[in-house]
Amino acid sequence: MTKSELIAKLTARYPQLVAKDAELAVKTILDAMAKSLSQGQRIEIRGFGSFDLNYRPPRMGRNPKSGTKVEVPEKFVPHFKAGKELRERVDVNA
Amino acid sequence: MQYGTSTLTLTKADLADLLFDKVGLNKREAKDMVEAFFDEIRSSLADGDAVKLSGFGNFQLRDKPQRPGRNPKTGEEIPISARRVVTFHASQKLKGMVEDHYAKHSQRHSQQ
Repeated sequence: MTKSELIAKLTARYPQLVAKDAELAVKTILDAMAKSLSQGQRIEIRGFGSFDLNYRPPRMGRNPKSGTKVEVPEKFVPHFKAGKELRERVDVNA
Repeated sequence: MQYGTSTLTLTKADLADLLFDKVGLNKREAKDMVEAFFDEIRSSLADGDAVKLSGFGNFQLRDKPQRPGRNPKTGEEIPISARRVVTFHASQKLKGMVEDHYAKHSQRHSQQ
């Protein structure tokens, strides 16, 4: 499912709303989530999951083309952990 | 900038407040829309269909085979059953936003 398919599903689900509203809602939600996470604010959605930042310490890396060593600085990377309901619904083997 | 009442964590209530403020949905619609947003993603994943949200990231499914495990308390060997799990891969844009924000802040700290 893509973003536009998600918008189409929400539009179909709420026929009383203007079609543009679902599109604006999806964009607003995703922008807010991206913004919060990038500012170090975690996201917790009950029944879906949580988004956090994980720390990556600085390390010596290598330029794969030239082979020269470069220091890769410390950074934070986004991490998602599925919540209980999502985990259980997705697991076809359970 | 922080939204809503909880400052350290963004929640569904914060997202509903935003839909009320920015999209002009009423409180009821805003709450339902946030619920429906995550429900549609969850249903797609439950049906085995990955979700790609350009600019944010992709939710993918991985089938993991059974592997040997151990009860850490008793040391007893128990197999960990085969399972399907969700993985999230942040987009380049989201990763960039996280790194840019951090870089700005670490610069500010080093100048002090």
